[in-house]
Amino acid sequence: MNVNATRRPRDLLRIENLHVSFSLMGARITAVRGANLRVLPGKVTALVGESGSGKSVISQTAMGLQTTTARVSGKIFFDDPLSGEGPIDILPLPHDGRKIRSIRGGRMGMIFQEPMTSFSPLHTIGDQISETLRIHTGLTGAEMRERCEDMLSRVGFNNPKKVYDMYSFELSGGMRQRAMIAMALVCGPALLIADEPTTALDVTIQAQILKLLKDLQLQMDMAVLLVTHDLGVVANIADEVVVIYQGEIMEAGPVETIFRKPTHPYLKGLMAAIPHFGMQRGDRLKPLREIEVNQDSLLSKKYQARTGPETILSVRNLSKTFAIRKDNWQMPGRPKEKNRPAVDDVSFDIKRGECLGLVGESGCGKTTVSKILMRAIEPDAGSVLFDDGKGPIDVLKAKGAELQSLRTRMQMVFQDPLSSLSPRMTIGDILREPLDIHDHGDTAKRKMAIKALIRAIGLDEASLKRYPHSFSGGQRQRIGIARALALGPSLIICDEPVSALDVSVQAQILNLLKDLQKDLGLTYLFISHNLAVVDYMADRVAVMWAGRIVEIAPREIIMTAPVHPYTRALLDAVAFPDLDRPLNFETAGQTSAVSRANWARVFRDEDGGDGMAPADLGGGHFVLARRNADMRELAP
Amino acid sequence: MVRYILGRITVMVPTLILISMLVFTIIELPPGDYFESYVAELRAMGEATDMAEIEELRERYGFDKPAPLRYLHWVGGMLIGDFGYSFEYRLPVSEVVGDRLWLTVLVSTVTILFTWLLAFPIGIYSATHQYSWGDYGLTLAGLIGIAVPNFMLALIVMYFANIWFGVSIGGLMDRQFLGAPMSWEKFRSILSHIWIPVIIIGTAGTAGMVRRLRANLLDELNKQYVVTARSKGLHPMRVLTKYPLRMSLNFFISDIGSILPSIISGAEVTAIVLSLETTGPMLIKALQTQDMYLAGSFLMFLAFLTVIGVLVSDIALAILDPRIRLGGGSRK
Repeated sequence: MNVNATRRPRDLLRIENLHVSFSLMGARITAVRGANLRVLPGKVTALVGESGSGKSVISQTAMGLQTTTARVSGKIFFDDPLSGEGPIDILPLPHDGRKIRSIRGGRMGMIFQEPMTSFSPLHTIGDQISETLRIHTGLTGAEMRERCEDMLSRVGFNNPKKVYDMYSFELSGGMRQRAMIAMALVCGPALLIADEPTTALDVTIQAQILKLLKDLQLQMDMAVLLVTHDLGVVANIADEVVVIYQGEIMEAGPVETIFRKPTHPYLKGLMAAIPHFGMQRGDRLKPLREIEVNQDSLLSKKYQARTGPETILSVRNLSKTFAIRKDNWQMPGRPKEKNRPAVDDVSFDIKRGECLGLVGESGCGKTTVSKILMRAIEPDAGSVLFDDGKGPIDVLKAKGAELQSLRTRMQMVFQDPLSSLSPRMTIGDILREPLDIHDHGDTAKRKMAIKALIRAIGLDEASLKRYPHSFSGGQRQRIGIARALALGPSLIICDEPVSALDVSVQAQILNLLKDLQKDLGLTYLFISHNLAVVDYMADRVAVMWAGRIVEIAPREIIMTAPVHPYTRALLDAVAFPDLDRPLNFETAGQTSAVSRANWARVFRDEDGGDGMAPADLGGGHFVLARRNADMRELAP
Repeated sequence: MVRYILGRITVMVPTLILISMLVFTIIELPPGDYFESYVAELRAMGEATDMAEIEELRERYGFDKPAPLRYLHWVGGMLIGDFGYSFEYRLPVSEVVGDRLWLTVLVSTVTILFTWLLAFPIGIYSATHQYSWGDYGLTLAGLIGIAVPNFMLALIVMYFANIWFGVSIGGLMDRQFLGAPMSWEKFRSILSHIWIPVIIIGTAGTAGMVRRLRANLLDELNKQYVVTARSKGLHPMRVLTKYPLRMSLNFFISDIGSILPSIISGAEVTAIVLSLETTGPMLIKALQTQDMYLAGSFLMFLAFLTVIGVLVSDIALAILDPRIRLGGGSRK
């Protein structure tokens, strides 16, 4: 134990009785009510809550970045160990004044959720990072550049000199978040405020960023206020946890106590609402707020015992390569970029009544597959056969009446429930539109059908006259599901249906989808990057990487005995909300492009091999390996 | 980049050829030619006409030849700097336009500068003080500026200038300097006259630009990168000018394409009302009297300026916005 620890550490940031309210259309909305919390120097404090709980407002107010319309009372003490003048109260400082500006960026850094929009696309990365130094230090241009490049290499860029002169849109999401971290930390602040730093990122990238944050936090002996809704992230890097609900602090304490002995019902509810691994088949998530649904009205003849062939959808050798736009600016004589196929020889079957999960990092081709199935994109090669008992349809060649009938039997639920519903149509119009297009029944019958649909998703009939913007994200997604159900399809493609939703709402939607599947005999293709969600929903799981399905198996096998190294890496990268299953930062911090070099030879497609083919491991377990692979090499 | 510009210039050639054909067709559309309208006008005034002389002129300028030949004659002339002959003024087109062109460029350039100087601060103020009384007042003034036609404003200003001050504000200089060579006195006279047309012509443009700048800036002000810049401790004014303002400039640069031709042709009606010695009124007169070489060369010149303006704004956008320069899958 060192000297510092024996003395009671001073709070780096102490928030006392903070109230924040906004005036909106004449009314006052209170976002934070009497919040108290503290951040210890050199520790990670997590502020956990759902969206709208006021957690982001607190983090912005701590830096004096709240909007001018916000009315704030209370105290926020920041005790900068370097200044030696003791704690200063942030709130009475003049808005955007000299004092608060010297703290911002210099002593407190901030990173945001959206690495896409946090950088200006018109200025180079280096310009934006060195700007912080220019404001807070008196370094010369060359010294600043050196410091920036040093910082860029510390956040994991191999060629900081080049990155310095690049623009943000030339980097991937994870790389941008690294650059963002470099920008926040370049002045060596005492406190880093990270507002949902990994929410917009893939699992593997999330693990990398968490590792990076943890490493830098220890190296620089810096405190972090981590704002997040993800208990998995909290369990892995936080020292202290503060739980906030509707602007009030519910529970606070060391991470051990919070996870092992949660006392507040809200926290207990939150924990029960997240899907976690190892749930039994019959286990059900308990949403924080249950919704009442009534599917009886939907159980009409349409949905009665479906009979027919066992395989509802059969996909064979699907391939698609996108042409890169011809580049006007390209200098002559520069080598052309080689087009990598977005979907490469993908084959799978979906059985009637099952849920097939499709997982993989962003850019692996999951969404392209779903778009090909919906005939939104023409594939270069391959075939798709659909048969739900009313006669087989060749999906890719269907025309006219056949295509029209296919549309009624295959529907889609989209990721973003706001942009997928027309803001100019009432919910009633949105739900009626498919019936109108396909000429189902007369006006009275359509009206009945719509009412049945809206009850089936747990909304009341009055909502039919309202517009999408007056619903919450979860309600909108339920409306999206109702729209997909309107024509009585037998197969529904769900493309990341819950990734844009809050944890507490996620459980509602997942349960709704599960109930509908059971009661209406639906078949799902469930696309997600969240393995826990897929584990909860799917009967079988297909893992996609770089346009190919690398492994497909019943979900128990994928989750417990995966064979393919990519599947393993994906599972390793999941941050569990469980203190006993910490992330292995050593292995989780690698991108698949890097770790691929370490894969066993059988999984690598190199020149001289005979190409790759799915190897049958029995029990419906297939893994992509070399054609001549020895079965013993493929043992889990 | 060089290849891109060369490519764009190559595309300009067929564009201009097409435009020249269109212009020629439009000029040829009304029945008859300049001489016919001239004869009709003379007859209407009861004067005798010498048909032999008219026929001779017709032959000299090739009006008896078929249309394609006349077209080639016209286009060929323009390529070597011969813009044809104005029958109305009985002078080569280049001499007719000459003096007026420089006055027009002067008026328009000053107007554009006036618009920018006024619109930028007002637009920035309006956007940063959204829904304040200042914003409402400026918005109201701007809407009036857009809604009132310029020639109307010109008439009103002329009327009150006459009633209250007893001065006539028409023209760009005092009478005695008309046609006189440029001198210090003439220059001073122009300066003392120019501000009235500039304000009158500039109001609508200023108001429109304020509205667009405000809207563009408001979009940008709520973007995440603005908060990022503030969280670095940047001075609020510097945040504004470095990030959102720069971002909202794209529309302004795309405007260059339309500003270039309007320098020459802008505000014809107002110019007639204020009897300005600019090219606008002349173009209208030329179209009315079927003075085909004058009108045609004029329209061609405008088309040329438009094409050049669009090219210049595209290149400027590419230089200023790396997303355009580096987008579309290319790498540095």
